[in-house]
Parts: sequence; C-alpha cells; structure tokens
Amino acid sequence: MTVMDPTLEEVKKRAEEREVLLDLENVSLSFGGVKAITNISFNIKKGEIRAIIGPNGAGKTSMLNVINGFYQPQEGVITFNGEKRKSMKPHLAVSQGIARTFQNVALFKGMSTLDNIMAGRATRMKRNMFWQMLYWGPAQQEEIEHRKKVEEIIDFLEIQHIRRTPVGTLPYGLQKRVELARALAMEPELLLLDEPMAGMNLEEKEDMSRFILDVNDQLGTTIALIEHDMGVVMDLSDRVVVLDYGRKIADGVPEEVQSNPEVIDAYLGVSH
Amino acid sequence: MQVPPSAGMDTFPQLLIRNAREWGDRPAYREKDLGIWQSWTWREVLGEVRKLSLGLKSLGCKEGDKVAVIGANRPHLYWVFAAVQALGGIPIPVYSDSVAEEIAYVLGHAEVRFAVVEDQEQVDKLLEMSEKLPLLEHIIYEDPKGLRDYDHTSLHRYLSVQEAGQTLLDNDEKLADDWFDAVSVGKSEDIAVILYTSGTTGRPKGVMLTFNNLVVAVQNANKFDNLDENADTVAYLPMAWVGDHVFSYAQCLTAGYCVNCPEGPETVSIDRKEIAPTYMFAPPRVFEGMLTHITVRMEDAGKMKKKLFDYFLNYANQVGERILNGEKVSLFERIKYAVGEFCVYGPLKNEMGFSRVRVAYTAGEAIGPEIFKFYRSIGLNLKQLYGQTESSVFITSQPDGQIYADTVGVPMPDVEVKIAESGEVMYRSPGAFLGYYKNDEATKDTKTEDGWVHTGDAGMFLENGHLKIIDRAKDVGKLTDGSMFAPKYIENKLKFFPNIKEAVTFGNERDYVCAFVNIDLVAVGNWAERNNIAYASYQELAAHPDVYKTIQSHVDQVNKDLSEEPMMAGAQIKRFLVLHKELDPDDGELTRTQKVRRNFVADRYAPLIEAFYAGETSKHVVTEVTFEDGRQGTIEATVEIRDMDTHSTKAMSATREAAE
Repeated sequence: MTVMDPTLEEVKKRAEEREVLLDLENVSLSFGGVKAITNISFNIKKGEIRAIIGPNGAGKTSMLNVINGFYQPQEGVITFNGEKRKSMKPHLAVSQGIARTFQNVALFKGMSTLDNIMAGRATRMKRNMFWQMLYWGPAQQEEIEHRKKVEEIIDFLEIQHIRRTPVGTLPYGLQKRVELARALAMEPELLLLDEPMAGMNLEEKEDMSRFILDVNDQLGTTIALIEHDMGVVMDLSDRVVVLDYGRKIADGVPEEVQSNPEVIDAYLGVSH
Repeated sequence: MQVPPSAGMDTFPQLLIRNAREWGDRPAYREKDLGIWQSWTWREVLGEVRKLSLGLKSLGCKEGDKVAVIGANRPHLYWVFAAVQALGGIPIPVYSDSVAEEIAYVLGHAEVRFAVVEDQEQVDKLLEMSEKLPLLEHIIYEDPKGLRDYDHTSLHRYLSVQEAGQTLLDNDEKLADDWFDAVSVGKSEDIAVILYTSGTTGRPKGVMLTFNNLVVAVQNANKFDNLDENADTVAYLPMAWVGDHVFSYAQCLTAGYCVNCPEGPETVSIDRKEIAPTYMFAPPRVFEGMLTHITVRMEDAGKMKKKLFDYFLNYANQVGERILNGEKVSLFERIKYAVGEFCVYGPLKNEMGFSRVRVAYTAGEAIGPEIFKFYRSIGLNLKQLYGQTESSVFITSQPDGQIYADTVGVPMPDVEVKIAESGEVMYRSPGAFLGYYKNDEATKDTKTEDGWVHTGDAGMFLENGHLKIIDRAKDVGKLTDGSMFAPKYIENKLKFFPNIKEAVTFGNERDYVCAFVNIDLVAVGNWAERNNIAYASYQELAAHPDVYKTIQSHVDQVNKDLSEEPMMAGAQIKRFLVLHKELDPDDGELTRTQKVRRNFVADRYAPLIEAFYAGETSKHVVTEVTFEDGRQGTIEATVEIRDMDTHSTKAMSATREAAE
C-alpha cells in the first residue's frame, strides 16, 4: 500500500475546507516600550497541525501565552470556537479546552508520572473538598474514572514503565513525554506545544513526532506547535505561520513558506 | 459454553479442551492492560480460541496453512497457536524485533498465507515487504493504534476476526460441535509448530516439531520439577524462541498453569514483582543484570543497610546453598539464616519478584559461578538446563540437590546422551525434531538415521554423571603450537566480570589468543560516576585509560584461572582491546538471542585482528552502524591494543625446572 504525497493544490484545498477554531485579529502585545507582537492576524483550523516558527525573540512563545490567556494583548480580537474573548485567565483557557506544554519542562519533579498526569485532570474533577478528604464514596468513584482516562493516555504514549517513577529522575526526553501526557489528560480541543523536541536526540524526536501525529489523527486534537527543527515542522504541519521581530512575515502551507524569500532572509540573514 | 467430555490429549487444542473441562474457572492467561491485571480462565480461553479459529477459517485458513505470529508476549497471540492448530494449520512465530528483510525471508521460506501481528510496527514491515511475499494474503493485527487509515482489503483487526467467528457460531449451532470434532481428529504426529532458529551462521532454518515431540518432552519436564496447575510464570522472552514456546505455551497447556504477560518489555521487572511467579526462566544475562542493578543500588544505600546487607550476604554464602540442597545444617545456623531471610534475603527476593519461586532455570549460555552461587545462597532454587530448539528444549537438567555451577545436569527422563568421538554431544529423545522445513540436506547432517541428533556443542561427562559443555564444537580450534583453543570458554570467563558485557576471542590457527572486550555501560558508567570521570559517549568511556586498567586486571585474572587448567593453559590471552562500539543485533554482530556471531565479527573488524597479530599498539578504524530506523552511519575511533603477561602453569614450570 503506497500513500501518494498530495499535491500543493490538494493540501491548500484541504486546509481551506476546515472550520476555524481559533482566530486572532490584529493582535498586539507590548511590555512597556517593548513590542513583543505587532498587529498579527492568523487562524488555527479544526483538526490541523499549525506550526509557529521564527528566529529567536520573534515572539513565538508570547503568541502561545496570548492564546492560552497568560498574557492579555493590548489590542486585537481573539475568537475561540466562535466566541469572542474578553478578559482571560489560563485556568479558563483550560476549561475551554486549551492545554499546553512548556519550553522548559514544568512538571512536579517530586511526584510520580501517574500523579503528574492525574494533576492534568484536576480541573475536571467535580467533587468538593469535603468528599475528597473523606476519600471513600463519590470522590473515590470519580478518582477511578479519571484514573482510567489517565491509563489510556499512559498506554497511548507508551510510558507504562515509568508510571510510578518520580519524574525528576527521568531522562529529558521522557519528561517531555510526561508533559505531553499531562496536557492530553485535560482532553483539550487545542493543544499548544512549545518546542516539544528541544534538546532531544534523533530517536526521541522521531518518537515525539509519531506521538504528535497520533494525537492529531486518533484523538482529533488540533495542535499548534513552536519548533526550531525545520525538518520536523515541514513534515508534521499542515500550515505554518512565520514570525520575525513580532511581525508576521509569512503564512501558508509548508512548501509555500519554504520558498518565501522573506522567510529565507529572516532565517539566514540578508547579505549586506 | 458446553465443553465436550473427551477430546484426547495428543494435541494442544485437545489439551486446551481438557483444561477448560478440568480447571474451567482457574486463570490461564493474565495480561496487564491499562495498569490492571486482566485474566482469562481456561474456559474463557477456549471460547476466545474457538472464535478466532472460526474467524480465521472464514478468511480461508485451512489444514496445512502456515500462519506467522509476530509480536511481543500477548495472550491474544498465544491463542493464535491453538486457533491455527485446531484447524490443522501450522503456526510460525517470528522474532518481532527482526528487521523487515529477516521477517520476509522467514515468511517467504515458510510460504505463509496469514500473519497475525501485534501492532502497526509489524504491519508496516509486512506491507513494506509485500512485493516479496506474493503468498501472504491476510494480515491480522491486535492493536489498532495508528492503523485506522490503512487500506483494509487484506488487513483485519483481531477483534473483528473473532467477531466474525462469533457471528458464524451464533447463526449455526452445529458449527461448535464441528469445531470440537475437527480438534479431536488432530494426531500427535502432526506438525505442531515450525520454529526458525536465529542461527549464529547463515540463514535461519525452520525446525519442525510435532505435537508428540513437545507434549512428551514437556510432560517429562513437568514431572521432573513437579509442575502442576498451581504454578505461575511470566512470559517475557521472544515468542519465536523455543524456550518461550515451551514455557509459555506447551508446558502451560500440558500442566495447566497460568501465564502472565507484562505490559511491555520495559515493565517486565515491575510486573514480575507484582506477579511473583513460582516457575521462571531467564537467560544468564537477566540474572547478571539484576545482580548488577542491586549492587549498584546498594552502593547508594545508607551505611547501616549496607553493613547489614554485606554481613548477611556473606553469611548466606557460607550456609545458604547447604540449606537449599537439604544438607545437614546446625540449628543455630538455621536460625541465623532465618534472621538473614527476614532482614535481607526476603526483601531482596521480593524486590526481584522471586518471593514465590519454586524452580528457576537458566540456560542458553554459561552462567558465572559467582552469580549462580549468589542466587542460590539467598534461597532461590536456580538450576541450569541444557537444550536446543531441535530437542524441544530439554536434554539435560539439574535435579534438586545436585547442583554444580559448571555443569548442566543429568539427562532428562527418556533422553539418551552420548559424547561422539569428536567430542560432540549427541542425544536421542522423544523431543527430537522431525526435520528442518524444506531443507533435507541440513536435516541429514544433523540427525542420523537411527535418531541421534548432533548438538554442535563440545562437551564431556564428569565423574558425577553430569554433563559439562565446553564450547560450540566447530568453534573449538587449535593454536599453532597445538594447544586447544575454546573461544567461548575463555569469553565466558571474561564475561563473568560485571564490567564486561561481551567478549570475542580469536586464536584458531594463530600464534596466540587475542580478545575483543565490550564494557558493560551500566556497571562501568556507574563506576565512572563515582570516580568523577566525565564521558560523553560509550566510545569515550571505553577508551578511558582507567577503564583499560580495570579490564586489564580482569584479563589477567582470567589468564591466571586458565593457567590452572592443564587443557586450557596454552590459550591464555596475549593481547586485548576494548571495542569502541557495543556489539548489536541490528548490525548483525549478535543474533536476536544476543549470541555473538563470531565469523561476522571477525570479518567486520578484520583490520583490528590484523593489528593484533601485526603487533601494532593502536589502530584507527571506521565502523558502519545501523540505527534503529534502518539508516546507516559510521563511527570512527582509534583503538588501543594492550599486551598481557601470561602465567605459566604449574605443570609447565615443573617441566621447565626439570629441563634446567
């Protein structure tokens, strides 16, 4: 069975047919005099893998922080799932279905893999403190239900062998995977990945790429990722948006972006 | 489900029916799935197997068809054996970590029509090779992850095959009886399974074993160790290996005991601890690995614990084995040992999952006497056995109470063993194989007309009636001065040091013996960490002068040992080097069962061997490596070669003195 690589037109058509999940319109963000993001508009469509790339300091991570409500942009409109966003807090983003991983692993180092992933389900637990303190009864019932979901994710990401291991003692590549697991435990509609492959070796990168594709394909999760490895970006993503100095310089399918002269300049520098 | 009253006990499907009748509610297979142990009783297993069998039949599987089984140890895959055998077909388990070409060779040679595989990885390999496998019609996979968008014309999900079988059963009541009738027709002289030997040389050969071979050999083994339906075992060795086929399928069905499948290859040690098997098997490297792991971790333990550990292990060394062998031991010693059991041995065994073990076997390679003694002294009934694929495993085994570290025991019931004039071990037994599949020439070379089988191993019987294996018969050679050179014998002595993972020696028709050494990354890495030695790669650590010094002292010790054995004294190691890369099955240097492919290694590192005998002290080499995904790369290194002093034997020095 051979899978034919789709032509450029087919790829574009497929991208256009998709429904918009998140739309950013003329978003600007500044810290005092520093303009991190200037007047950027782009959208993320349902079911796609959307890459955000750019040189260091281009504003990629700020962009993710805006999307999940950690930063409040001074200007611009953000629409998620057809709803215009007013003021936003990260925990609200989670309850709306946006989960993320961090550039530097941000796990609870002393807790086991299992507990870390369970933490990802905290916002979905309904029982109040009284029941949880009592442990038996409805809280336990709830815990079991959530544990089942967590086990499915553990199975999905193939991390059974480190279930009980404190994450602080794990190698970096596995910590990244645990972080992905915790984000997936929130059952997000939109998953933000900040450099999921940074500092990984080739084999770990391949594993991670496969997991990202599987998450997208099997769970139907929309993914926005920041990544510096161009090979990974071009292979994985459906569409790419390129930032440079807080501005958008290109937006399109990987083939288009790759051949865009401005992008080449931003990455390789212009001859003076 | 109605289990018919009688179906004979000649074939495994028939034994399955017997088990469902006698022990219907006892667990037969367990598997840890989503963190919870799921179990299937014998009656449930029979139901699952019947559904699958009928489903396969509806796909066109019939008598004589070959069905490949590729994957890790999963109950669902073990059931395929019985399901296929019930239809009169022949299952062919294949090593799941083989690369696509290797799998394609076996499937092509065996003319396989159906393949039941574990997951996407295996499906991909088969699809990649589909052009070379025109006979392969259907692929059935167990884990649907990642396979949703594949073309499903010849691809089926395991569950849907079973469902198809169930639907047929629901629609036609007579079908169930027909299936049972078909099972009872099975005869003991039918071929039960074809197992491809991984082979240290050349292409793998398909060993045909009949039901009679397996059932009789296994019944004898069960009697030998009193195994019954109460035993528990953990299945974690490759399914394509005869050992696993016997322990986790043949023996399990015959004795009726329960097989437990771990979640994955990485979780084996955790799962073993949870299950605490009563019967287990592990090759020496597993025992070595566990001991290394414990030693490394004890280094980090508190002073008090470490002292207690050292004290009681030392004590166990004195009395543990005597207690295990049922010898006379004073009451005081017994009490002290019991205290040790409570403080050290018990927790230690629990940690390794050995708390309930009644019989543990090791085979496949020689085990280090120190390691062997360690496990026996803490009360683990570890024994050695000797066998091969062609003999349905069991040739010799150590009876309880007669355990010697350097022998492999006495012949099993019904097995005759003799030493040929060439020194080769030969046997004749009910378990001896029918022949190699489509390879009469090889069969003739291995099996004589009156049923004696050449093992290819050189060995001898000691005075106590126990068999001692020296080496592969064809590997035993001579140095130019005429002294005997048994490479494996020397290599094993080297490998008994925890710092040495693998060793390859050369010397046949040469002036002296030289050795390649592979360091053990766990042991040496841990040592490096303690001594503040920084290293970036395996290669760098291997070339470190201090590492060389340690290895040199080990080689010296081996030379000393060899000098004390008159037969082997001439083959002391003159020169050695620490190899810059780990020997790896992906590069073809080891077999899938982790045995060194001597000739291949010799070819691949020919420049290094030349350097040995040209007297060079260092050599620059470029070695090609294969990564896990099949891409090629190279490693470059300058390898240091060191000279060793040899020890003179007592006998030799005596003659020298006389000459003077």
